[in-house]
Amino acid sequence: MTVRHAFRRTRRGEVELTLRPEEAGVLADLLDQLADLVGPEEPPDADPLDALVGIGTQTRPPDDPALARLFPSAYPDDDAAAGEFRRYTEPDLRTRKREQALAARASLERVERGSGRLTPDEARAWLLALNDLRLVYGIRLQVSDDEPVDLEDLEADDPRLLPMAHYQWLTYLQATLVEALGGPA
Amino acid sequence: MSVAPVELDEPVTDEVTQPDRPWITLVWNDPVNLMSYVTYVFQQYFGYSREKATELMLDVHHRGRAVVSSGTREEMERDVTAMHGYGLWATLQQDK
Repeated sequence: MTVRHAFRRTRRGEVELTLRPEEAGVLADLLDQLADLVGPEEPPDADPLDALVGIGTQTRPPDDPALARLFPSAYPDDDAAAGEFRRYTEPDLRTRKREQALAARASLERVERGSGRLTPDEARAWLLALNDLRLVYGIRLQVSDDEPVDLEDLEADDPRLLPMAHYQWLTYLQATLVEALGGPA
Repeated sequence: MSVAPVELDEPVTDEVTQPDRPWITLVWNDPVNLMSYVTYVFQQYFGYSREKATELMLDVHHRGRAVVSSGTREEMERDVTAMHGYGLWATLQQDK
């Protein structure tokens, strides 16, 4: 019987994260990949002044379905309004998502030897970064309400086996974090 | 071409955007976001009670979507931006 390590609330009301070294290593990789994936993406000829104040040039949803899920259209029936909204919000949102992934990543260094306490900002970064990671996995694995995939049903050589195991582990981690933050059990 | 005298006309009513109809923020169901997380976000961001947040989350889950806030277009754009920050699938529209 293995003990599942995760987030928990300490008696002093802080959030503590406990991981095995190999778990911390996997999370570090995943958070690095997330930061790379969401990092601001603007063509080199973008107006520097616009870029400075966080106005982008992209008016269409990203081609990558995972990014399209992370940065959805705010006006599904109005392409012009959706494009303007995207120009003014997506660059900042990308920057924040990247910073959250990197903040969670940085806090792992304290956790590598077992467990570490997180500041409220770090706990929030973890909450949002874990959710973003799960959204990316959900799109890549085509997770749906209708056909939940059971790990037990996958053959040993199924390429979905490892990513699905990661996805379920991230789900478990996020659930423990919501609970540790005092959210719904 | 003649130069017309400057006149301040009454604003022409724009039939597309009727100012008396409020805008709404909708959150849509998706198969990934945890029910506990969605409830937590509604409590944290909107300051809703546990009961109201849970009710809205269940509406999203069972009916496919729920109106989570209403107000001016600018306010709803702010709410939608915040929801996207949390990874929720949100849109805004003028209430029908």
